[in-house]
Amino acid sequence: MTRIDAKFESLRARGKKAFVSYIMAGDPDAAVSLEIMKGLPEAGVDIIELGLPFTDPMADGATIQLAGQRALESGMTLQKTLDMARAFRQSDDTTPIVLMGYYNPIYSRGVDAFLTDAKDAGIDGLIVVDLPPEEDAELCIPAQAAGLNFIRLATPTTDDARLPRVLQNTSGFVYYVSITGITGAANAEGADVGPEVARIKSQTDLPVIVGFGIKTPEKSREIAAISDGAVVGSAIVERIAAGDSPSDVLAFVKTLSDGAHSA
Amino acid sequence: MADDLFNSFMNGPDENGRFGDFGGRFVSETLMPLILSLEEEYEKAKTDESFWAEMHDLWTHYVGRPSPLYYAERLTEHLGGAKIYLKRDELNHTGAHKINNVLGQIILARRMGKTRIIAETGAGQHGVATATVCAKFGLKCIVYMGAHDVERQAPNVFRMRLLGAEVIPVTSGRGTLKDAMNDALRDWVTNVRDTFYCIGTVAGPHPYPAMVRDFQSIIGKEVREQMHEAEGRLPDTLIAAIGGGSNAMGLFFPFLDDKSVNIIGVEAGGKGVNMKMEHCASLTGGRPGVLHGNRTYLLQDDDGQILEGYSISAGLDYPGIGPEHAWLHEIGRAQYVSITDKEALEAFQLSCQLEGIIPALEPSHALAHVMKIAGDLPSDHLLVMNMCGRGDKDIFSVAKHLGFDMSGPEGRVFE
Repeated sequence: MTRIDAKFESLRARGKKAFVSYIMAGDPDAAVSLEIMKGLPEAGVDIIELGLPFTDPMADGATIQLAGQRALESGMTLQKTLDMARAFRQSDDTTPIVLMGYYNPIYSRGVDAFLTDAKDAGIDGLIVVDLPPEEDAELCIPAQAAGLNFIRLATPTTDDARLPRVLQNTSGFVYYVSITGITGAANAEGADVGPEVARIKSQTDLPVIVGFGIKTPEKSREIAAISDGAVVGSAIVERIAAGDSPSDVLAFVKTLSDGAHSA
Repeated sequence: MADDLFNSFMNGPDENGRFGDFGGRFVSETLMPLILSLEEEYEKAKTDESFWAEMHDLWTHYVGRPSPLYYAERLTEHLGGAKIYLKRDELNHTGAHKINNVLGQIILARRMGKTRIIAETGAGQHGVATATVCAKFGLKCIVYMGAHDVERQAPNVFRMRLLGAEVIPVTSGRGTLKDAMNDALRDWVTNVRDTFYCIGTVAGPHPYPAMVRDFQSIIGKEVREQMHEAEGRLPDTLIAAIGGGSNAMGLFFPFLDDKSVNIIGVEAGGKGVNMKMEHCASLTGGRPGVLHGNRTYLLQDDDGQILEGYSISAGLDYPGIGPEHAWLHEIGRAQYVSITDKEALEAFQLSCQLEGIIPALEPSHALAHVMKIAGDLPSDHLLVMNMCGRGDKDIFSVAKHLGFDMSGPEGRVFE
C-alpha cells in the first residue's frame, strides 16, 4: 500500500473528502517553496502535488507557466525537485507527494535512474501530462513496477469507449480534468462535473479527484461534494506570485482545504 | 524502388506513429481522442479518390502546380561543377511550399466538420498559406506567431490580416516558433471540439509528421518526373533546408528507396554550431527528447529544459526537427549539415545576382550548401535544390543585415 492508498483509506474511514494542493518546486526559490511545502499538511492538505518545472508546459495557463519560469530562473532542476521532496520527508513520512510535470526532464535524466531516485526521495506518484495511455511503455509501466502510482488524467473528451483504456494502468486515484482547457483558465461547473465523475466511478473503484478551474473555498466544497476531492493549483500559485509570505499563502490554503473538508 | 518491401525506407511510421524510436503521440489526454479521430479520417482520405481529385484540382488551378524544375545555368557555370536544378516551389500561390500541405489539412478539417482553424507560424509563410485557404473556404482562422517574429516578418503579418486571419503575438519564452506552437496547443486543448490545428511542418503528434510529409511529397514526385523528362534519369543529389523539415521531407520522401540518390538536409547554423546554442541545428547540436507531441532531436540543456536556439531565418528558428528526419539521420539514409547566417546571406545575394531569383532566407541556407559542394562534383552530377520560398518577406531584414538604409529615396549602403 502506498502513502496515497493509505491516505484515501483514512479519509474514507473519517468520511472526509480529499484536498489536494499544487505548488511549483522552486517557486519563487528553493528555500521558500520548501517552507510552504512543509506547512501544507498543517493547512489541511491531504496530498501534495509538486510541480516539476519545464520550459514548455503546454497544458498550463499563464500562472503555472510563469511559476515554472521563476523556478527555472532560481536554478531549480529535476534533481533539486527530488531533493526538496527528500527534505520534506525528514519531518513528514505520511503526506503523499505526487510529482506533476512533463516528460522531457524525466526522459533526459533516464527513466530507470529517475524512478530509483524518485522512490528514494519519497515521491509516491507521478502525473505526467504528455504521456497518454498510448505511451504507457515509456514511464507508466516502469513506474508501477518501481512501486510508484501513475495517476492518469481523464478529461471531458475521454468518452465511454476510451475510458477503459485510460483507467487500465492508472493507480492511486484518477484525476478528472474538469474543463477542456489549460490550468487556471475557465471555472469548473458542478453541474457538468457531477455526471462525469459518476461515469468514471461506474468503471473504477479508484477515488476520483477533480482539478482545473477551482479557485475558491466555495468551489472547493462544491466540487469535493460531488467527487472524492478537489485540487487547487493556480489560485495558490497566484498568491506566491504576488509575493505573499509563506504564512499568508498557507492561511489561504487553509480556507480552501476547509472548503473541501466541509463537503 | 526498393528491392523488397521489407527493406523500404518508405514504410514508416508504424501503427504507433514511430519512425524507429522517434515520433509517437506525446499529448495530453484532452487531445488524444481528437488525434485518434484525425488519424482515422486521414487513413480514410488517403485511399479516397475524391479526396485526391479535390487536392489535385486545387494544386493545379489554385496553387499553380506543378512548379517548374529549372536548370540554373549561370549558377552552374559560376560554381563550375554539378549541374544545378532548382525546384521552384517559391512560385506557388502564397510564395512557398507551405500551401501544398495546408490544402490537404483544410480539406480534412472540412470533412471532420471543424469550423475554426488555428495555426502556428515562424516566418509567416505557413500562417499566410493557412489564412489564404481559410479565406477561400470561409473558415475562421487564428494564427499564433512569436512576438519577435511578428516584428521581423511584418509584411506577412499584414498579409494574414488582409486575408481575414486573426494574428496573435505570443510573448511567452523568447517569442519565436516554439512558443507559438505552445500557445497553439493551449488554444487547441481549450477549443478541441470545433477547432482543427493545421500544423505547418512534419512535426507534432502522429499522424501529423506522416500526413504533412504525404501532402508535401508532391514536390519530390514532380521532381522525379521532371528530371526524367529533362535528363532521362534520377537526380544524384537532393538538397533542402530544414527547420521542422517539411519542404525537405516532401522532396526527399519519394527518393528514399533510390539508393543512388544522395540526400542532404541543411539546418540553420546561426552564428555557428557552438556551446552557446546560437543556432538551430537540432541534429548537429542537439539530442533526443520529447516536445510538442513527438520524440525527436532537440536543443536542450543537461536537465532536459528546452533551449531557444537562434537563426537569422524565422522559418528555421525551431529547437526541434521532424521525427522522420531524426530517424533518417540515425540510420544514415540522409546526411545533415549546417550553414551559418553569414553563408546564407551570401547565397541569398548570389541567387539574386546570377539567376534573378530573390530566395527566402530558408532556402538560402540550402543554396549555401550547394555553393560549398557543387564545385567539387563532376559536370554530369545532377543536383536538385528545393527553392521552397521566395524572399519578398525577407528583404527588410536582409537590408538591415547588409547595412542598407531603406528609409532614403536612393538607399545607401553603409560600408
